Order: sequence, then C-alpha cells, then structure tokens
Amino acid sequence: MKHRKIFMTAVLLAASALSLSLPAVTVAQQAATIKVGVLHSLSGTMAISETTLKDTILMLIEDQNKKGGLLGKKLEAVVVDPASNWPLFAEKAAQLLEKDKVAVVFGCWTSVSRKSVLPVFEKNNGLLFYPVQYEGEESSKNVIYTGAAPNQQAIPAVDYLMKDLSVKRWVLEGTDYVYPRTTNKILEAYLLSKGVAKEDISINYTPFGFSDWQTRVAAIKKFGSAGKKTAVVSTINGDANVPFYKELGNQKVSAEDIPVVAFSVGEEELSGLDAKPLVGHLAAWNYFQSIKSPVNSTFITQWKTYIKNQKRTTNDPMEAHYIGFNLWVKAVQKAGTTDVEKVLAALPGLETPNLTGGIAKMLPNHHITKPVYIGEVKADGQFEVVWKTASTVPGDAWSDFLPDSKNIDADWVSLKCGNYNKTTKKCSGQNYK
Amino acid sequence: MLWSELQVTPRLRKDVQWLLLLLFVLWGARPVQAQTEQDATLQSTLGELRDADFPGKEAIVERLTKSGHPSTRAVLTAFFEDRLYYRNDNQTVMLVKSTEGDPASLDLIDTRTLKEAGSIPADQVTKIGTNNRLRRFLRTAIAQFGLSNPDASIRLEAVREVLRSLDESNIALLRERVDVETDPGVKKEIGIALALSELDSADSAVRLAAVATLRESLNNDVRNKLASMIEKSPEGTYAESDESVRAAAASAVKHIDQWRLFYSGIQTLFFGLSLGSVLVLIAIGLAITFGVMGVINMAHGELMMLGAYTTYVVQQSMPNYVGISILVAIPAAFLVAASTGVLIERTIIRFLYGRPLETLLATFGVSLILQQLVRSVFSALNREVKTPDWMSGTLQLNEALAITYNRLYIVLFTLIVFAILLVVLKYTRMGLDIRAVAQNRAMSRAMGIRSEWVDAMTFGLGSGIAGVAGVALSQLTNVGPNLGQSYIIDSFMVVVFGGVGNLWGSLVGGMSMGIVNKLLEPYSGAVLAKILVLVALILFIQRRPRGLFPQTGRSSENQ
Repeated sequence: MKHRKIFMTAVLLAASALSLSLPAVTVAQQAATIKVGVLHSLSGTMAISETTLKDTILMLIEDQNKKGGLLGKKLEAVVVDPASNWPLFAEKAAQLLEKDKVAVVFGCWTSVSRKSVLPVFEKNNGLLFYPVQYEGEESSKNVIYTGAAPNQQAIPAVDYLMKDLSVKRWVLEGTDYVYPRTTNKILEAYLLSKGVAKEDISINYTPFGFSDWQTRVAAIKKFGSAGKKTAVVSTINGDANVPFYKELGNQKVSAEDIPVVAFSVGEEELSGLDAKPLVGHLAAWNYFQSIKSPVNSTFITQWKTYIKNQKRTTNDPMEAHYIGFNLWVKAVQKAGTTDVEKVLAALPGLETPNLTGGIAKMLPNHHITKPVYIGEVKADGQFEVVWKTASTVPGDAWSDFLPDSKNIDADWVSLKCGNYNKTTKKCSGQNYK
Repeated sequence: MLWSELQVTPRLRKDVQWLLLLLFVLWGARPVQAQTEQDATLQSTLGELRDADFPGKEAIVERLTKSGHPSTRAVLTAFFEDRLYYRNDNQTVMLVKSTEGDPASLDLIDTRTLKEAGSIPADQVTKIGTNNRLRRFLRTAIAQFGLSNPDASIRLEAVREVLRSLDESNIALLRERVDVETDPGVKKEIGIALALSELDSADSAVRLAAVATLRESLNNDVRNKLASMIEKSPEGTYAESDESVRAAAASAVKHIDQWRLFYSGIQTLFFGLSLGSVLVLIAIGLAITFGVMGVINMAHGELMMLGAYTTYVVQQSMPNYVGISILVAIPAAFLVAASTGVLIERTIIRFLYGRPLETLLATFGVSLILQQLVRSVFSALNREVKTPDWMSGTLQLNEALAITYNRLYIVLFTLIVFAILLVVLKYTRMGLDIRAVAQNRAMSRAMGIRSEWVDAMTFGLGSGIAGVAGVALSQLTNVGPNLGQSYIIDSFMVVVFGGVGNLWGSLVGGMSMGIVNKLLEPYSGAVLAKILVLVALILFIQRRPRGLFPQTGRSSENQ
C-alpha cells in the first residue's frame, strides 16, 4: 500500500516536471523572440517595492511589442522570483543567463542582491540594468546603473539643506547595512570638508524593520536643541520608516524645526501609510510623480491603465527602468543585434528622454545623467518640488569625497576599466572590496 | 476768535459753513477711504505672492504682519495651512475654506472681508506653495496674533512660539500683554520670555535678576542662552562681562541640567515600560499556547498580523469613525484570530501533540501560507491604518518631560488584557478546565473534562490574544504581510525568559527586557542593545533553564 503511494507520487512528480519543461522546449524551437529577464522579488520583504518594477518592465515590453517589437522580433519577458533571498538572486540570475539565455536582465533592488548577482553576470557576460539609487563605489562592465549615485541624490540634498535651510547640525540616521553605511561615510567626509565640526554630526544605525523609535527620536530632539538649526538625513530603509515618522509626529518634532530628508521614501512607500505626520519632511529623488511634463502625464496614464488601478502611483525607480529600457532598445537598434558585447559598445553616448522633460545620457562609466529634485511631502502622499538642480548631474561611480576612491576612475570606452587608479595608472579589473 | 475774524459778510459766512460741513463729511468718510486703501494694499501685496520665490514670500509675509489689516491673521493662518490660492481667471488671491478630502470644488473666502465668496472647481485655482522655512516663519508671525486670544492654552502656545525668536517688536508686544494677562501660567511664561530678553540688558543688576527668574525654567532656549553667556571665546573673554552674573548663570545652567537629566531618566524608564508592554502583549498569547499547552506555534506572529489586518478592514468599513473603529477592532480581531487559531488546532496541531519538531515545522508552514494569503488578498503593499486623534500627540507634563499618548494607551491596554486573562484563567470554568488539562491530562479526562475541546479553546484563546496584540501593533508599525515575522522571535524570548507556563513570568520578563533594552540603547546604539539583551538572555537561560518563574510541582515534570 505504502509502496504504491510512493510510486504514484513519483509518477506525478515526473509528470509535472515534464510538463514544466515543455514550454521551454517550444520556445527554444521558435527562437523568434528576444528574451528579457526580469529579476525582481515577488515575495518576501522586498516584494513591496520590487513587484511594481516587474510590472513596469512588463508594461514597457507590452508597449514595445505594440510598436512592432525590436529588430522585427517580439520581446518576451522571462519573470523569475528570487523571493528577497540574496543567494537565490545569484541562482535565479544564473538560470536566466545560462538556461533561458536572455538578452538582457532588468532587476535587483537592494545593494546586497546586486553584489550577489554581480559575479554571475560577469562570468556569463550578461547585461543587467539596475534601477535603484545606491551607494556608488562600483562600476561593472556588465551592469548599467540607471539609479542615482551618491552625487546625484545625497550630496545635492545636503547642499540644499546647508544653503537654503542653513542647517548647521546633522543627524545621519540609517538602517544598518551597506547602502546607508557607505552613503553616510561619503556624507560625513563631505560635511567635514565643508567645515562642519565633528561634534555637529551624529551618525546612528538601527536594525532592519526597527519599530521602537522612542529613544532615537528623543535623542534627535535633544541633539537638535543645541540652538543650531538641525536636520536629519535619513537612509532608513523600507518598513522602518513608518514607525519613525509616526514617532516624530507623536513627539512633536515638526518638519519646520528639524526637517528629515529621506533617500528611500517615495510615492509608493507613502501610499501605504497615513501621510499626515510626514507633511513638510523632505525627500531627494531624480523624479517625482507630481512633476508636470507631457511625457510624465502620458506615462502616469499608461501605468494606471496597465495596472487597472487609478490609485497606483509612479516613483523614481520606475523612471529609472523606463530610461534603462529605452536606452537598451536604442542600443540594440543601433547595434543591430542583442549580442551583449555589441550592445555594451553601442550604449555609451546614447540619449533618451527622461520623464521630467529632460534628457538622460549614457556615460562611459555606465551611469547616466539625472536632474536632482528636492520635494516636500504633502498630505495626499505626493511631493511638491521645492528645489532642483539647474541642469542634469552626471553620475559619479567613485566618490570624490572618500580618500580611497578619490583617484579611482571608471571608463568603459577609452580605459576599458571600471576601477582605474589615476595615480598608479593601474586597472584593478573586476575585483571589488 | 476764528469766527469773529471770518465774519466778513453774511454771504461768505454761509459759504464757510458749507465748506466746514463738507470738510466734516469728508473727515467722517476718512476711515472708510483708509479701509479701501488698506484693502487695495492687501490685495496687491498678496498678488505679489503669486510669482515670488521663497525668500521673496518671506519678505511679503513680513510686510503683511506690519500692514495692520484686520484680516491679516486669517490670511496668514490660511497660508500656513496651505489654504491660500489664486484664481486662474482673474488672478485674485483667495482663501479656501477647506481642502480636506480632496474635494472637486473649493469654497472661496474673500481676503478683505473674510466673507464667503462662492465656490470654484478645484482645477481653476492654483495654490500658493510654502516650504519648511517659510512655514516656520509663518508660525512665529501667527503666534504674535495668538497672544491676545481668549483661550489661555493658545496664548501659552503663542508665548512659547514667540519666545523662540525674540525681537524688538515681539518684546514690546509681550510687555503690553504682561500687565493684562490673567492666567498665571501664561503670565509666568511671559515673565520668562521677558527675562530672556533682559539678559541682553546693559545693566548687570537687571541681568542678574533675569538669571534668577530663568533658573526655574526647563526651557531649551533658556538653557542655551544661559550656557552661551558663560562660554569662553577663543580670545579668552566671556560673553558675559560681569563676574557675579556669570556665576549665577553657571549655577542656573547646572540646576536646569540636573532637572533635565532627572526628567530624561523618567522618560527612559517610560520608554522601557512601553517597549516592555509591547513585548508582554505579543508574548502573553504565546505564553498560553506555548506555555500552557507546550505547542511551539510559529504562526503566532501571523495571528497578530491577522489582528492588524482586521483593524484595517474595520477602519475601511467605517471611514467616518476612525476614533471608534480601533475600539470595534479589538473584539473583531479577537474573533478573527481566535477562529483561525481553532481552525489550525483542529486541522493540524491536534494530530501532532507530543511531537514538537513536527509541530514547529507544520506551524511554520502555516505561517507562510497565511502570509501569502494576505499578499493575495490585500497585495504585498503595506496597508494604511489611521491613528485616531485621541491616540496621537503627547501628554506634556513639563517642558522637559512629554509622554506620547499612543504609548501610554498601549501600556494601559496591556495591563487590562493581562488582568482579563488572569481573571479568565483563575475564576472561570473554562480557565479551570484549561489549568486542569495542562496539569494532568489523564486525570482531567477521568473527571469528565473534554480535553480535546479544552485544547481547541485554549489555542483559540491564545490566538485571540495574539489578534488583540495585532490591533495595538497596527498603531505602532506597518500593517503588511511581514508584520508577524518581526515579532515572533521577541515573543518567544519573553516566554522563555519569564518561565514557560507562567503568565506573571511573561509580564515581569517582558517589562524587564524592555527597560534593560532602553537603558542600554542610548549608550550602545539600537543594534548593540538588542545583541546585548540576547546574550544576557542566553547566559541567564544557561544558569536557570526554566526561566524567571519556573513551574514547580508535578506538572513541571512533563514539560
């Protein structure tokens, strides 16, 4: 009896495995499509942010197919779910590149997931478009960074606070992982270089998903009561933000007294919470949904129609994917093939409109040019732009404010190197710290 | 005398009379004309706001406050509250009654008369924007008007606001107010503000008296100002020249600092209690299922998540009663979580009693299923649970000590839930059954207790409490699919620390863990504080494996 049960199970399993492999076979036979890999978590902690990006890419692919596809072929999305699990990211990336043989991958959110897939992309010579603002200090041959580098988000934000709000005292508050730590290191070096005294900077880290902010907010309040204008630069990640702002509101720390400028709070995050306690606090991004431009309103309408929900918002990483996707399409058209080497050669120098009415230009260091906006949170969860850079800012892979990376240059056109030391004239290749 | 000189001819006299009459009429009309003049200035000044940049707007606000127009205060308040708009058709600046709820049409108010002026579709007006700095400026400007408000609490707020940015015009205003002020609290605050301004006086006796007044204040600006007086400049001179004033200021700063340290100690203690009460709340449900029944329920966190989502659903179903919805959500969350708990017990756990490892794996599976379930039903995005007005804000005990209402209510709520649970276990038939089965299952069955039914009820009770904890958590953190995961480890820690099977242990354990954590946090940082608490807990369990309050007697042998 028992043996029979096991036998039946084995048969069932084998059958299901067979049926799973069938579609792959048929696709391989057709080969009339270009495969686009989508590597975003659809479950787990990061699903909240990454699901939207998966939908964005699917929408862009659908749109491109309506226009007749690319090089006479239809685009086909291959969606995998790395489930917010960093080693699984590498596994799924290998699957996309080795098994599905995708032409390009759009994916990752956290820096740790990017670091995890990096060796896989370099080994298989794949192509990854990474759409999220990050800490910099990296330039890979196989990655195109369409999100902001620190000089396209953090530094201009600090400049704004220093000049327009005459902030003298700084709290750098972050979640304890690589992006806040590196960003804060850069910011601290930058502030010190601007003549801010060491005792006027307070750096603090809290764990992921931290929810008991009472002590920290009380400490910020105390730090801010020394008679000098104080601001908080927040690299607090994801879920920890809501209780943080709630506590600020409850302890009556108003945006007028101690403004908080955040680098990870966008429209999407605000849509999940009561925005009242946040009103007046700031965020620095390269895109806001509220920015008026014809191309932006078309994009917003397209998104709302595609997702079939009028209440959904657009955000900065979505714009990064929009730019990245269009850059890739243009590069493929220019190269006449999806071959990674040729597409990579075609990419630098390409230009495509961004959603805020400007032009994004692909740079030799695999970063792009972006305008920087500072927005204030409004009660409806949208941002009102209070400041913007006069022109677009080119992304700098290696920060000029850290002694270790000051002399490092990235140039994939003339130097063919992502980590070139200008003093020793040596290329350290693809070895990352 | 004038008349006699003017008595030239009767004819002329008559003319002069007419002239005088005319003059008289004109003089009488003067206020009216001045009013229209003021109105015109107001309109044109406000008009400049349309195209001004933020520093420009600040200058305009400054001019408005000096204009003395009767509606200045209303206009500035509206500006501060984002209710100042201009019409797209004729460019006139208007106040808007309310923008609450994003209405399609806005009710306009005339800036000059403050009378209603019809309504207009929302897309035909443009808002005049503000930024942080401007709002800060507006707040002070509005506060000056609040000094003569009939409500004493508004006057107090206004004085505090003015105190933060004293200048000559403010001080003059305060001097006027101090004599007519009736409320002792406000009067005292004005006294402090005036004393603060007198610190800049040229007379050292006045300064000395001012320092003596300020000694009893806990205000931040006062402390900073006093501290700046005793600061030594790089050249070796002091900001305060008089020796005796400097000594008085130094002692005052010390005095203030001592009191502030004392109050911040109390505050830390409260922070610890409130963190502890959250820990207790999430752990007492587990203390029943794990402690009394011995079931390792990894889905406990997800039952809290269900409670939080219930709060969301209840709030959505009664959008106009946010304040009451939380209270309605408590029994609703209890029922939802309890029935889910009973369902889990009946379908899975009852087949696995006595096999802890399998129970652990099975309930872990259940937790994943529940997470994915809410992801499918409510999407992976966090849901917005509003905080009712009565739960937001702070209870300001004095200027150095404030306690946030939501934390205060949660401490009280935890104690109430704990008390109810104790009563249920101690004084009800159901509680008696639960305790009997936990102590000796075979004997209770022999006495006619349906032990299976009691198992289901016990698990349901523990799960229901988890649901109630979820209602409280919805006020503190994100309501999302991952809510449970972030609390499950903490709740197990509390139960193990307090002693398995002992409710009092969970209470004492949770509270002490909360307080230790909060005492450590300012020195070690949040990350290290958590690690230290965990290490201390492991060491403690090594020494006393049964926790703070171990169960004694025969029943403990089975554990």
